[in-house]
Amino acid sequence: MRNPQLNGDGSLQHLLTIEGLPREVLLHILETAASFMGVTEREVKKVPVLRGKSVFNLFFEASTRTRTTFEIAAKRLSADVINLNIAVSSSSKGETLLDTVDNLSAMHADMFVVRHSSSGAAHLIASHVATHVHVINAGDGRHAHPTQGLLDVYTIRHYKKEFSGLSVAIVGDVLHSRVARSLIHALTTLGTPDVRVIGPRTLLPSGVEELGVSVHHDMRGGLAGCDVVVMLRLQNERMKGPLLPSAQEFFKSYGLTPSKLALAKPDAIVMHPGPMNRGVEIDSSVADGPRSVILPQVTFGIAVRMAVMSILAGN
Amino acid sequence: MNLPDAEALCTDLARKLRAGVTDSTGLVGIRTGGAWLAERLHRELRLATPLGSLDISFYRDDFDAVGLRRQVKPSQIPFDVNDRHIVVVDDVLYTGRTVRAAMNELFDYGRPGKVELAALIDRGERQLPIAAQYIGATLPVPAGKLLRLVRDDSGKFTLHLSDAKPAA
Repeated sequence: MRNPQLNGDGSLQHLLTIEGLPREVLLHILETAASFMGVTEREVKKVPVLRGKSVFNLFFEASTRTRTTFEIAAKRLSADVINLNIAVSSSSKGETLLDTVDNLSAMHADMFVVRHSSSGAAHLIASHVATHVHVINAGDGRHAHPTQGLLDVYTIRHYKKEFSGLSVAIVGDVLHSRVARSLIHALTTLGTPDVRVIGPRTLLPSGVEELGVSVHHDMRGGLAGCDVVVMLRLQNERMKGPLLPSAQEFFKSYGLTPSKLALAKPDAIVMHPGPMNRGVEIDSSVADGPRSVILPQVTFGIAVRMAVMSILAGN
Repeated sequence: MNLPDAEALCTDLARKLRAGVTDSTGLVGIRTGGAWLAERLHRELRLATPLGSLDISFYRDDFDAVGLRRQVKPSQIPFDVNDRHIVVVDDVLYTGRTVRAAMNELFDYGRPGKVELAALIDRGERQLPIAAQYIGATLPVPAGKLLRLVRDDSGKFTLHLSDAKPAA
């Protein structure tokens, strides 16, 4: 089956998931993002690429960072941005997802940025809209969060240059994490030889090894000698039933403390997609420490989202 | 058709520029050919102000038609453009649309005092009211042909004529 994200000529029409995207497409996005980094340092922090275009942020699920950085990205590309907080609007009045999209399309939307608690929501919209409209998945259920995965690999590339010799550990609640899934696909596509997931059995999806990662239940073995530590947020809101004894218990085993970080390479960087639960998955002294690149991740996220939007708009 | 010697034109262009620039002049090359040319001119003129380069991909007026296919490189203007004398450098001056895009980008860095244009070849057929102050040679080229500067591994310049690819 044809990849629904790609046009007939292999160019990107929508960004729904990193899974199945060719390496060249990922590299094109990362290179383009690098050229947007300078824009924010100029007197006029805008380029005219999306001038006259309308970007609709459709957030069916709460988000601050992702929605804001998409908004900033679209505005720096000179687009008109319309933010819809659907959680408190049409859908609560009973309108279906596709009816909402049809109505917004009638308002001449050129691009939809979609976050939804159901996996596949962005796919559904992408298969429904007119051919000139582009859809970006900003997180769908447990499935994917491709721009987060891209900004994560952008960050890793920024600090570590090459993926070929890297060991990357992804720690915590992998089960509920669309961030982890997107990052794993991005890392393996870019040729990272050693990707590890670390967490308790109850928070690792069964068959996660099939994604090309090694599985660890113990921080000692898992973090040993790694170059990058990616901490995931413990997603309380997605947990049904008792998967964990307690947050304190989790911190004791899997929370990133200075002593656990000492197991990684001395120049290892620490990442977190945010929002952080201090004292649950990460200790404040690590989150605020010299090896944390958590705030640069946010800055890079704007450039990466600018890159994705400008590439889509041109295809 | 016979193409002129790019190295000779470059020497000539440097000679013409010398009369018009000072140490505070900022040279800005348009990627890719213009940036190579600006690099050479900057070296030959021994200008004190560091060299700038622009990638105009985000400023093209045909973005809707051609998109972002090409690999974009970051633009770099390592000096304050405000009130400065700036010479924009391109390899081949044709419709003027590239120069328009470059000037728009340049003004997003500030308000230059004076902007001039240098090109190795002026092939005519302008579609915008743009003229170069410094030109290596004027050379009419048939429409549908792409004339561009090529730099080999040793850094030597030649001109290259090919059939223009239709916009993808």
